[in-house]
Amino acid sequence: MEKKELICIVCPKGCHLEVTQENEKFQVTGNQCKRGPVYAQKELTEPTRVLTTTVKIKNGILNRIPVVTEGEILKDSLEDAMQILNKIELEAPVKSNQVIIKDLLGSGVNVVVSRSMDAI
Amino acid sequence: MSQYDVIVVGGGPAGLAAAIEAHKKGVGKVLVLERDRELGGILQQCIHNGFGLHQFKEQLTGPQYAQRFIDELKELNIEYRLNTMVLEITEDKQVHAINKKDGYQIYNAKAVVLAMGCRERTRGAISIPGKRPAGVMTAGSAQRYINMEGYMVGKKVVILGSGDIGLIMARRMTLEGAKVEAVVEVMPFSGGLNRNIVQCLHDYDIPLLLSHTITDIRGKDRVEGVTVSKVDENRQPIPGTEINYDCDTVLLSVGLIPENELSEGLGVGMDGVTKGPLVNESMETTAKGVFACGNVLHVHDLVDFVTEESQRAGRNAARYVLEGIHKRERVIHTKAGNGISYTIPHSIAVENIDEKVKLFMRPRNVYENVKLIVTADDEIIKTAKKKHMAPGEMENITIEKSLLENKDYKTLKVEVVKESE
Repeated sequence: MEKKELICIVCPKGCHLEVTQENEKFQVTGNQCKRGPVYAQKELTEPTRVLTTTVKIKNGILNRIPVVTEGEILKDSLEDAMQILNKIELEAPVKSNQVIIKDLLGSGVNVVVSRSMDAI
Repeated sequence: MSQYDVIVVGGGPAGLAAAIEAHKKGVGKVLVLERDRELGGILQQCIHNGFGLHQFKEQLTGPQYAQRFIDELKELNIEYRLNTMVLEITEDKQVHAINKKDGYQIYNAKAVVLAMGCRERTRGAISIPGKRPAGVMTAGSAQRYINMEGYMVGKKVVILGSGDIGLIMARRMTLEGAKVEAVVEVMPFSGGLNRNIVQCLHDYDIPLLLSHTITDIRGKDRVEGVTVSKVDENRQPIPGTEINYDCDTVLLSVGLIPENELSEGLGVGMDGVTKGPLVNESMETTAKGVFACGNVLHVHDLVDFVTEESQRAGRNAARYVLEGIHKRERVIHTKAGNGISYTIPHSIAVENIDEKVKLFMRPRNVYENVKLIVTADDEIIKTAKKKHMAPGEMENITIEKSLLENKDYKTLKVEVVKESE
């Protein structure tokens, strides 16, 4: 039996979770909602994160445009994802939520721009 | 001279929400004045996610959150001017503004909403000793350089201040290839959200040094290093505890100050703690028909609460234009008691609240297992149990109108007491 303490990152409350692990079973206390135990199990087996960064853009009012993964991707893959996104260059105009990469690193998750930008 | 019903100063999240709400309540001519080249305010550089959980029940990035309001403003054909700096607001609600295209303009308004936001405290505000090389900047400036302009600001970084902007920038700099040596916090606790300590610092093994501060900055043209010292309970550096870091950049995340030059010029009453205007239950300042909302009023940690507060300001600005001055016969003044640094609103006219009024406040310290108690004159009218409170997290408590009606209360005091008392 293994005991671990975690801080839930699902929402700004940041509950202090206590997780007891026995074989494949997880017991979670300290959560204030049902998303806590789900997060705890995932964090201890296969942690994932949403990635937000920027990519280059030509012909817009700014030189960079923010992007976000539509869902969570493996925490271990963040660095590889950054490498891919750093090579991308878009051209304005783009619309908010436009997909720029489909199925990032085979995760099944798309990357979208998170704002609109008109051409100048 | 152009005539408007409601003029909103500032096109960030507060101004957008106030303008949209005033329009929806039936006011015809609304104008938003924004000094930047686009709407959305600081949200445009906050590219991380976590916005909108209360308003939209989903996690949005800053630009996505802003985009929803910008799109709505445009759909409603609400007028706005960009690159426009408001210079002065007079007592009779003339708004003096300037931009390159229109030159110097004076707009007349029936009601004004102050939504100018806040700015960051700088090195000068906290007097860090040492040399004055390039490479020392606020976390928000770095955020704008990196996320909007596309300039990387440094390779080896020490961050002073563990508020959310400092934590977010620690992760952002790391993702962009910089090495963040440490986040240094003078207080014994972080001012940021727990989740940000986990996903911005722990995820990247960035050390958080609590009860530490920067006591020297070295370098001639560019920052070459800093000295960090432990501080005692009076926040004074302890000799002999110095740690030296080599770095080329120092980011400061040491607090925000509401930007109230226009409010002060207008002569509205100010709160010495929030550094923002005094407001009543309608978000109206001490100047009739002038309302305030968002970070110009008090610094928020969640934009969702800015939106809610600004909608209230917009709604009441519309009401002022359509119905005239609100009656204020019985006024209750709010007071921050033990353990609370301020309360918003500062006064409540019972006849002007619909069913309930929300009091917003900030705890002075970190508290575990306490009660928030609201006392009307000498009578306890409401208590709320709190497992955990911290200065970094704004608290609120709802007071039903029925608790205040048919009484002759003069003051409402909010205080923190231990659970056992």
